[in-house]
Amino acid sequence: MIDKKLSVPELEQMAKQIRRDIIDMIFTANAGHPGGSLSATDILTALYFRMMRIEIQNPQWEDRDRFILSKGHACPVWYATLANRGFYDRAHLKTLRKLNSLLQGHADMKKTPGVDMTVGSLGQGFSAGVGMSLAARYLKKDFHVWVMIGDGEMQEGAVWEAAMAGAKWKLDNLTAILDKNGLQNDTFIEKVMPIEPVADKWRAFGWNVIEIDGHNMTQIVSTLDCALTIKGVPTIIIANTIKGKGVSFMENQPEWHGKAPNAEQYRQAMQELGVAQ
Amino acid sequence: MTINPSRYHQLLPEVVQMLDAPDFFTRTKSIATRFSYAEAVLELAERNSRIVVLDADVSKSINTNKFADKYPDREFNFGIAEQNMMAAAAGMATTGLIPFASTYAVFASLRALDQVRNSIHYPHLNVKIAASHSGITPGPDGVTHQAQEDLSIMRSLATSTVIATADAPSTKLATYAAADWDGPVYLSFTRDPVPVLFDINYPFQIGKMVLLRDGNDATIIANRDIVAHALVAAEKLAQEGFDIRVIDCHTLKPLDVETILQAARETGAIVTAENNIIFGGLGSAVAETLVENYPIPMQRIGVQDTFAESGPYLQVIDKYGLTSPHIVRAVKRVIERKKSGR
Ligand SMILES: Cc1ncc(C[n+]2csc(CCOP(=O)(O)OP(=O)(O)O)c2C)c(N)n1
Ligand SMILES: [Mg+2]
Repeated sequence: MIDKKLSVPELEQMAKQIRRDIIDMIFTANAGHPGGSLSATDILTALYFRMMRIEIQNPQWEDRDRFILSKGHACPVWYATLANRGFYDRAHLKTLRKLNSLLQGHADMKKTPGVDMTVGSLGQGFSAGVGMSLAARYLKKDFHVWVMIGDGEMQEGAVWEAAMAGAKWKLDNLTAILDKNGLQNDTFIEKVMPIEPVADKWRAFGWNVIEIDGHNMTQIVSTLDCALTIKGVPTIIIANTIKGKGVSFMENQPEWHGKAPNAEQYRQAMQELGVAQ
Repeated sequence: MTINPSRYHQLLPEVVQMLDAPDFFTRTKSIATRFSYAEAVLELAERNSRIVVLDADVSKSINTNKFADKYPDREFNFGIAEQNMMAAAAGMATTGLIPFASTYAVFASLRALDQVRNSIHYPHLNVKIAASHSGITPGPDGVTHQAQEDLSIMRSLATSTVIATADAPSTKLATYAAADWDGPVYLSFTRDPVPVLFDINYPFQIGKMVLLRDGNDATIIANRDIVAHALVAAEKLAQEGFDIRVIDCHTLKPLDVETILQAARETGAIVTAENNIIFGGLGSAVAETLVENYPIPMQRIGVQDTFAESGPYLQVIDKYGLTSPHIVRAVKRVIERKKSGR
């Protein structure tokens, strides 16, 4: 059951807390992926604190809605969201990437409560989402499956294999969310391997496409609500985002894909994100 | 007891001196071998215009972005599309180009394996597969990025050549040698820094093992990043009165059968040590050789039937049984078996 349904201003506050946790985790671990975590924060916050039907006491509840972060390197945002949601103590966040931790460098469904799929090798989580949606239909369950993919990840051929399957089976219990932040590991997507026209590609593959500002909480919430009402066709939300969102010197900078801040940068980032509660 | 440097070969003198230091791995000069590959391929490009580099959105992580900066028309970044990159490399090789296709070892040996087998190895096309983050050398990234079976997989492909060098200079030499080799070569590199053991005069030759320490009580045959741990283990054992031979098996395939059999005859006991699962890698290759030619007691150090986890590189490989204390125990065990004839 949904025990919490935060309002838009509350969601915005929570997203700030999650952003601070992301910076803190990556600084403590001295490794990890801040850019793609920060670009996805507002959407994960809305999903877990408003949209998803979950039971934090029973993370394996078989009727729960599923979420898969197919761009698994951005798991700090997932871990911080799940901790703030109450799946485990926030103290665990300090153990990211350490030996014997619940929180692996890429998300592990057998180790982290609330993580619905093991991810890290790009272009696989989306297919797993297709599988979960097909299973829900066969099992006559009404849970919804949300999958977030990266715009760099879209370059993997397997993403398009999953897209074809989603259209073939008209998976309206599956919603893909594209974190379109314009960057991948090496640099800007446009330089490495252009993917435009993105919306047209998805439409051509038979998907219902909605484009939004991925940092506007009001728009996020109304679009996620709307996605649930569309029947007979799978939906993809193309979220235009800023990699590193919320930390000025990380925003739209290729170097902040997979790098930890130093002490000075950490202080500045935390200041920009507001003092912790 | 003091270290006897005359027992050691090929190693830098300062490395030999430090082998008994408890902080050997933090004190030695260390370099991630992925960067040595990137340097070597850049040098090669000057000499041979047919050499091109293919990337799959990890050029920043391997340093082949420097190649792209210097030779923008000779570097091809395929984005996050390893399968496309490998089959495209095969296509390029049909025209006489020598493509170095660079990605992480998990993706080279697993994601694009079908392309690597059917489009590269089967037609025996001259593609060099440059695989960084090999074995469990990416610690913190966790299991999805740890290529704990890359050597087993690559070794199982017919006609493959599989190289797993121990340090930075030998990695450069392997990269030069791969460029001259006719046919596909799998080169594997460490993600984390590993001690620089040799200088650039190291006698690297594809298919030829290198003797690093004399000894007749038992032999340790190691590869990749575990060579350094084998040396530390051998020195520990020397302090306890055991005289252990150490061999660097940088080429897993073609295997230097002659050197293995010589070690078997002269030392009567062998331990293999590798940062790779115990199925199908160095341990298996040596065991197959011994069983068919000269059966003697043997022990294998390697990742057991399990996936590892995230953690700092040295802590992870210690927890999963690949470091010198584990090797020391295996050597004592194999010597015990040799003595008791079991
Ligand atoms: C199959 C695969 N190839 C390569 C990588 C290495 N890698 C990790 S993140 C990344 C870039 C991802 O870009 P994008 O999907 O746009 O994510 P974001 O910008 O949101 O961080 C790459 C190449 C991987 N994890 N999986
Ligand atoms: Mg991106």
